Amino acid sequence: MASIIKQRKVVADNWQLLKPQAGGGAPPIPESGDIIVPLAVWLDQRNALLSRPGRLGVWLGGDDEPALIAEDLKNFGVVAVHFPQFTDGRGYSLGRLLRERYGWRGELRAIGDVLRDQLLYLSRCGFDAFALREDQDLQAALCAFSDFSEAYQATADQPLPLFRRRFLASPDGMEWS
Amino acid sequence: MYIYDEIDQRLVEERVAQYRDQTRRFLAGKLSEDEFRPLRLQNGLYIQRFAPMLRVAIPYGLLSSRQLRALAYIARTWDRGYGHFSTRQNIQFNWPKLEDVPDILAKLATVQMHAIQTSGNCVRNITTDHFAGIAPDEIVDPLVWCEVVRQWSAFHPEFAYLPRKFKIAIAGGEQDRAAVQVHDIGLQARRGPDGNVGFRVLVGGGLGRTPIIGVVVREFLPWQHLLTYLDAILRVYNRYGRRDNKYKARIKILVKELAPEVFRRKVEQEWAHLKNGPATLIIEEIGRIERRFTRPGYQKLEPIAPEYTLELGRDKGFANWARRNVHPHKMPGYAAVTLSLKKTGVPPGDATADQMDAVADLAERYSFGELRVSHEQNLILADVRQSDLHALWQEARTLGLATPNIGLLTNIISCPGGDFCSLANAKSIPVAEAIQRRFDDLDYLHDIGELDLNISGCMNSCGHHHVGHIGILGVDKQGAEYYQISIGGAQGNDASLGKVLGPAVSQAEVPDVIEKLIETYLARRDSDEERFIDVVRRIGIEPFKEHVYGLNHKATESRSRQLAAA
Repeated sequence: MASIIKQRKVVADNWQLLKPQAGGGAPPIPESGDIIVPLAVWLDQRNALLSRPGRLGVWLGGDDEPALIAEDLKNFGVVAVHFPQFTDGRGYSLGRLLRERYGWRGELRAIGDVLRDQLLYLSRCGFDAFALREDQDLQAALCAFSDFSEAYQATADQPLPLFRRRFLASPDGMEWS
Repeated sequence: MYIYDEIDQRLVEERVAQYRDQTRRFLAGKLSEDEFRPLRLQNGLYIQRFAPMLRVAIPYGLLSSRQLRALAYIARTWDRGYGHFSTRQNIQFNWPKLEDVPDILAKLATVQMHAIQTSGNCVRNITTDHFAGIAPDEIVDPLVWCEVVRQWSAFHPEFAYLPRKFKIAIAGGEQDRAAVQVHDIGLQARRGPDGNVGFRVLVGGGLGRTPIIGVVVREFLPWQHLLTYLDAILRVYNRYGRRDNKYKARIKILVKELAPEVFRRKVEQEWAHLKNGPATLIIEEIGRIERRFTRPGYQKLEPIAPEYTLELGRDKGFANWARRNVHPHKMPGYAAVTLSLKKTGVPPGDATADQMDAVADLAERYSFGELRVSHEQNLILADVRQSDLHALWQEARTLGLATPNIGLLTNIISCPGGDFCSLANAKSIPVAEAIQRRFDDLDYLHDIGELDLNISGCMNSCGHHHVGHIGILGVDKQGAEYYQISIGGAQGNDASLGKVLGPAVSQAEVPDVIEKLIETYLARRDSDEERFIDVVRRIGIEPFKEHVYGLNHKATESRSRQLAAA
């Protein structure tokens, strides 16, 4: 069984990630078990997927439009975003949109080329689960979450930017810290 | 100076610790080259031709004497005793060791400095007018807004892996001295219908391979919405910018490929969701940042100091320098001074550690302990009493920092070029030097008048050759270094991109070509008032071309066209 980082702990994971076949065709759907399917498969086989036993998740690629699942989120046990390369930053925006615009509260998982040194920014963009690349040391990677103790911006994990929190704490001087 | 608070300081220190650990893991073989690359780039470290190059951020070009002394210390301790001030108001060290960089960053942190996001595909150092805060014509002090944007951009988690680098410039008023038209985002302060402050927002300008002037996406954005609007632009770029080809990955290509109207609509749609959200700025925050800036304690002075007028009449050398290197100030009796880093024989923008220490002293004695780096790669003392100018000039002269050439041909903007940079096709520094030597006669130089000459060693255009009145671009011609000359570029409100004059020439020929361009200009100008760029705009490039390549260049061109068609 694979391990992932979830809510800053290393945990066992039994979700099965389904990928398009080599030719681009839809992957065969296993009869049971918890599966995460590509967005296109969800859009195509919605009813069949909903009637099968086992939990259901969906994953988005960098090009995918999260608005397409905005109304469907209640059906999913996990929403994942795929990073083809760790330097491809599109998924950071998708994470924030899923959390902040579409209100996804469940597990938001980063999959693909997910490495230790990107974990903190990913978590600030709303990701709380990380299926790291196979060669990564999960236990060691946990340190990455505490690289920084504060942040200026409003993000998925901290809806108020630093300046608003300062203002609330000390409206007159704004010199709280 | 903006003075860090406890959180600003803590974040910079945490960054040093983070990078120290990343460097350690890289050296231990736990991070591959590819995995380490974006991490070191976002801490300013390039691997260059001979050694790594470390680019240290000088936010919006503002430095204190204490910080400049720390840079001198770094130059002496970890480099070869000098540094290079860049066109983006930063400083670069060309010889640090990769394993020393964490210590250098730790030293920087002790003086509230860093190298965060000075490279990599993220939001880079915010740049502005080097006369910010003292210019008589500005609507707001852009330094305050630069710091607001700096804090927004620093460690922004969503925009650390953009398709490509991202540069933002802010101008404080209508007169643009920050080159807002050639940045990924240019912000220009203006007043709205009710007299309230806001910004004109330009997007998609840039130099590089595809030089282009930015388009206005919003004529007036009230200041409260600045950060949410930036978030909207960056999000559209992050999601839809091209990632398949690094030469087509800048936002300017996205704006062009979508068409500016479509791009604007996408931004406005995105912004509709973010507008009035928690990132909307509040006046208390602007006030807080404003108050964290130390301000010079100006004295009440007469508008014109009598001793200044006296020395100007008495000393021709001083008067020459004052004419070029002294600039108006909003406070009566004060002036801004450019210390030229463009002395002939010294690579443009280079300063030795000793010079840095000396300039730090000058700043302390004459300008409230502060200075600025200009995008023309000079140093500026922004708050000097007119009555001190003569004494300052004498000291600057002994230091080799009083070349009276600001705005003139020898105030060359140049990238480090092939002597240092692994991207360059050709050398820049020897070309700059050869031109400076050719135009060493001060009277001749002053007679030629205002002229921007910019040199880039390759089409990444770090030397901004597209917006030089004369631009020189290093190109590779079958393995040999050649130079393509263009004329007619300009920065500022009437920004334009230069046009290529003709076939590239060898290094030895460059000074002759420049000389011929100048001869054409002098022969064709209406009066001393008409600048080189004005003449190019009036008569076009053809007369210049003819004088440089000879009358038969047309015949040659048409022959080569026929050959190409055959």
